[in-house]
Amino acid sequence: MNPDLASERQTASFSVEKLTAWLDGGVEHTRIRRAVVEAIECDPVFSRENQYFQSQNERYEAAVRKAVHLQKKMHEMGWTENGPEFKYIYRALSGDIAFLLHRIFTRSISVLGSNKQIAKWIPLATQFQLIGSYAQTELGHGTYLQGLETTAVFDITTQEFTLNTPKISAMKWWPGDMGRSATHTVVFAQLYIHGKCYGVHPFIVQIRSLQDHSLCPGITAGDIGPKMNFEHVDNGYLMLQNVRVPRENMLNKFCEVQPDGTYVRWGSQKINYFTMTTVRISLIADEAVIPLMKACTIAIRYSVVRRQSKLKPGEQEAKILDYQTQQEKLLPSLAAAYAFHFINDYLQELFDKGYKEIQRKNFDTLPELHAFSSGFKAMVTQYCTSAVEICLRACGGHGYSLLSGLPSLYTRIVASCIYEGENTILLLQTARFLIKCFMAASAGQPVPPSVTYLAAVKPGKCPATNTSDFLSPDIYTEAYQHVAVRLTGSTAAKLQDLIQSGVKKHDAWNQCSVQLVQAAKAHCHYITVKNFAETVEKLKTKAGIQKIMKHLCDLFALHGIFSNGGVFLHDGYISGAQMDMVTASYLDLLAVIRKDAVPLVDAFDFTDKSLNSALGSYDGQVYQRLYEWAQKSPTNKQMSPAYERYLKPLLHNTLSKL
Amino acid sequence: EALVVNDPDFQHEDLNFLSRSQRYEQAIRKSSLMVMKLREYGIADPEEIYWFKSFVHRGRPEPLDLHLGMFLPTLLTQATPEQQDRFFMPAWNLEIIGTYAQTEMGHGTHLRGLETTATYDPATQEFILNSPTVTSIKWWPGGLGKTSNHAIVLAQLYTQGQCKGLHAFIVPIRQLGTHEPLPGITVGDIGPKFGYDEMDNGYLKMDNFRIPRENMLMKYAQVEPDGTYVKPLSDKLTYGTMVFIRSLIVGDSARSLSRACTIAIRYSAVRHQSELKPGEPEPQILDYQTQQYKLFPLLATAYAFHFVGAYIKDTYRRISGDINEGDLSELPELHALTAGLKAFTSWTANAGIEECRMACGGHGYSRCSGIPDIYVTFTPSCTYEGENTVMMLQTARFLVKSYTQVSSGQRVTGTVSYLNDLSRQRIQPQHVAARTVTVRINDPVSLVEAYKARAARLVEAAAKNLQAELNHRKSKEDAWNRTSVDLVRASEAHCHYVVVKLFTAKLSEISNAAVRAVMTELCLLYALYGISKNTGDFLQAGILTNAQITQVNQRVKELLAIIRPNAVVLVDSFDFHDVHLGSVLGRYDGNVYENMFEWAKKSPLNKTEVHESFHKHLKPMQAKL
Repeated sequence: MNPDLASERQTASFSVEKLTAWLDGGVEHTRIRRAVVEAIECDPVFSRENQYFQSQNERYEAAVRKAVHLQKKMHEMGWTENGPEFKYIYRALSGDIAFLLHRIFTRSISVLGSNKQIAKWIPLATQFQLIGSYAQTELGHGTYLQGLETTAVFDITTQEFTLNTPKISAMKWWPGDMGRSATHTVVFAQLYIHGKCYGVHPFIVQIRSLQDHSLCPGITAGDIGPKMNFEHVDNGYLMLQNVRVPRENMLNKFCEVQPDGTYVRWGSQKINYFTMTTVRISLIADEAVIPLMKACTIAIRYSVVRRQSKLKPGEQEAKILDYQTQQEKLLPSLAAAYAFHFINDYLQELFDKGYKEIQRKNFDTLPELHAFSSGFKAMVTQYCTSAVEICLRACGGHGYSLLSGLPSLYTRIVASCIYEGENTILLLQTARFLIKCFMAASAGQPVPPSVTYLAAVKPGKCPATNTSDFLSPDIYTEAYQHVAVRLTGSTAAKLQDLIQSGVKKHDAWNQCSVQLVQAAKAHCHYITVKNFAETVEKLKTKAGIQKIMKHLCDLFALHGIFSNGGVFLHDGYISGAQMDMVTASYLDLLAVIRKDAVPLVDAFDFTDKSLNSALGSYDGQVYQRLYEWAQKSPTNKQMSPAYERYLKPLLHNTLSKL
Repeated sequence: EALVVNDPDFQHEDLNFLSRSQRYEQAIRKSSLMVMKLREYGIADPEEIYWFKSFVHRGRPEPLDLHLGMFLPTLLTQATPEQQDRFFMPAWNLEIIGTYAQTEMGHGTHLRGLETTATYDPATQEFILNSPTVTSIKWWPGGLGKTSNHAIVLAQLYTQGQCKGLHAFIVPIRQLGTHEPLPGITVGDIGPKFGYDEMDNGYLKMDNFRIPRENMLMKYAQVEPDGTYVKPLSDKLTYGTMVFIRSLIVGDSARSLSRACTIAIRYSAVRHQSELKPGEPEPQILDYQTQQYKLFPLLATAYAFHFVGAYIKDTYRRISGDINEGDLSELPELHALTAGLKAFTSWTANAGIEECRMACGGHGYSRCSGIPDIYVTFTPSCTYEGENTVMMLQTARFLVKSYTQVSSGQRVTGTVSYLNDLSRQRIQPQHVAARTVTVRINDPVSLVEAYKARAARLVEAAAKNLQAELNHRKSKEDAWNRTSVDLVRASEAHCHYVVVKLFTAKLSEISNAAVRAVMTELCLLYALYGISKNTGDFLQAGILTNAQITQVNQRVKELLAIIRPNAVVLVDSFDFHDVHLGSVLGRYDGNVYENMFEWAKKSPLNKTEVHESFHKHLKPMQAKL
């Protein structure tokens, strides 16, 4: 054990084990999680040690192998899809596995399919008699679904749909598992009956033979080539030429084409997008918060092992975490990881409630759920992505080595800003909801509970009179609320002004869109701060943990004010003098949280194998590990062919004729 | 450029589809060819070599970078004539391939902390080199892993029992002929990184490795045969090289950001999405305000940084004459300024490149967009040649020093001369923040004043906080550390001011009226966008009122619409060849989708119709379940 890291753990102000259990939602959850992680990590098939050295082909093959092996493992261990272990498997594998889209395929059938369709397809999928994918995005269109160009024309005579890719931009592009693995996929296409377009609908299409895996007639499919990350996933392209599927292959829980070509719909068409809402919520924890927690763990542990330069002459070189500038990079990111862990709990709860309603075909909560899932997906992924990059750059040169684990965390998380809805577009969707609610609230109409605050416009000033006032959750939550209301209100007013002055509605919207994005972010930021403060409030029974969580909550809130000073100062809600108090309070907190920084990341409870980092291991033997691991690089195993071919002639001066 | 682009010898398969070993091999192949062709064409001017190299390697790093960029120049500047005779020609003819081994596993920017030792043994007249700890292993030097047979090693010199600090030694590391590592030398590649696949960044461990006394670079400091140490004349001389390299990074920030902007803006003109007006065809995404708001400020930034890079290069050229004549008076300021500007521009460009990539939606994430490659190649510059936060603090040290001089009644010159106004303020007892600057938001010159006021305020605030900490505590270092967040903010504000100032100054040099008009728009956008992103500073200091901030925000959006018609032409002006850009999305002809499909078909996963994983894993599983 590195003594610098050990000393950090001796001074923890709280019990790491208790905090871990609380984060997991109880001791029992922690136990199950650890058991799953243990079972997976002790199995060499799931090892990720060589991952950084592997080519795209090797990564893909390993991922398929793992996916196949996982089926066996689950059977052996008695884990099931609905068991309490399931949600920890993905975490234990760090998502480095194939057939994730297969699960989305199944989920979309469960949500959008009729009982009959569920009965037919789900067992096949569960037993891997087929491998599914989810083909929505096209070369030319992503987040804007109405623009998709793939067509499905109903043919009454044969009772079939004919699917086509009418032009190159209509080619399906990006769906995971589709390039090489999938046999079936859910294709989203514009439905045409009797020449009339009914919008985008999902169809189950077989693309590869179940016997020899060759492509079915009319299908062109393959891998879309190398990306920044996700080398283990065969993101694919798909071109359809007169591919016919039976009428029963259109997912028809909410709408149906009857044999005579009559189109019937039950409930909102928006329900088609419900899968996306589900996915957006579920990716917040797996793809954004957990990677940020890992990045914080690596960067913070490394920052107490790394000693650099001297703080005081004559003393030993200082741990870099003792530098205020280093704290300013890492500790707000750590606080954000906690804040988003709690907002995820909050969203999950909200979503579970909403889902029950939707199953009863009550769609009232859908707009709010949609706005929430869009806004928070965008805000959290964006924030976490920046924070992971900050962690990477806070580790000096070694952060750039793949062996630090940080580059792959970054290149992976950064994709989450785009997939499942491009963040700017999502924020604009949330903004649309906010503006609508703001108008309704101003007119005295009822609005969903999460936005009632928009009606309670209280002009005024921040009442804080000294530095410690800013450690009061009431004071800062109020400030965030004020900014959210002000930004939404002023944008709504500007929209109305523009429209009244004769600007067309859509033009006015485009002209306000920069402000709309800002308003949506402010709303999500406010809810996050408020939820963090409420979570801390509920911790009264756990005094040891509450104190440090309160510090983190304060830090998260004050960092937001410190780094977005302008919006708080703008209408004088916070004065210049108060802003200086915020800064002072914020900087003091850094020093306070610094003392518990290592225990706070230890509490995330990642094993060394799951971090897969030479810099972030629990024992802090950073340099030794880096050296030994680098020696395993394939570049060191074989004599470089470049030497014989190019260097030798160069060195031996066969070029001396020059 | 045409020389390289049309040369069949420099053609090869798309690098995106190659493994790291293959990319290294390609790079070595091209570097070898490049050296031959340079000689063949008789290209010797450093500037021309730089361009030739940059076209051959398309702006990517290559294994001979350190040999050409560090090893040879260091020989020229730090070797004695006798040493030049021994090493320079063999190195010029590439019998010796060298690298520059400074960074260690445990220490980077903080050079004094390096641990490698070179102990002089008068009995044999040799230096004994050692890597005494794991952390002292040389780590990261480019070309060290597999390519080089020599290295200039930086080590702590011990002679007559005393440590004399860091000195440079020429160390042979591989046997000439077999290329095997020499006894006592452990050398290899440090493994995969975030980019830099072509480069064999290496490690080097030395165990009692002996080199002759004459292998210490002794133009300045010397060790005599009996071990007597002779001190160099000035230690400021090393500043010169650092200024030069940092000025290159500023230029690189501009170029990398320009490339990313070119790709993102061209693609945004090709991509149609969603609807702005019901019933009309899908608009170009560049017509969306949010898209313009992402890209145009970056375009303006790319131009701004071009001018900054050119300015530093010119200044350096201007004063390097003075340096050779021993006049070092201007060096400290330039050194402080380039440290900060290196950090400021590389941070901004780094974030900007990512912003460009994300503005390309999902396709930006594909390696065919070319932006991931630009990003991974560029992002290490935030760390190398001086970690950015440390750089900002160096600038801050200079700013605080200047502030202290002003407070004690002296006048300061150069870019910090605005601090002189602070003392004038003090005569009329008034806080700097309360000073009224009448800002005209459509006048770049007036905006320079606003940025100046902001920098002055933040420097003053940081200096005062530092003083307050000093009054509380005994230790100077503690006080400095507890103020460092403020200090970095002050440096950033100072650099931001310098950039706005240089951009504005450039405008008057443009003779063509149309060009001046569009550059003025970009300059205004750069300055106003900077204000809108830092409104807190301007509001808190009372430089701008709430109403003015609202106007600034409004004006930014108007400028977006004004720049929109010229956007594509503005990136075309950067004049990147398609081959150099390496991007399917950023093609000059805009035929994006067809070419993406063509590109993907070449992916290694597509080499066979049915992937071998099917037979190995999928089929057996399906059979069992």
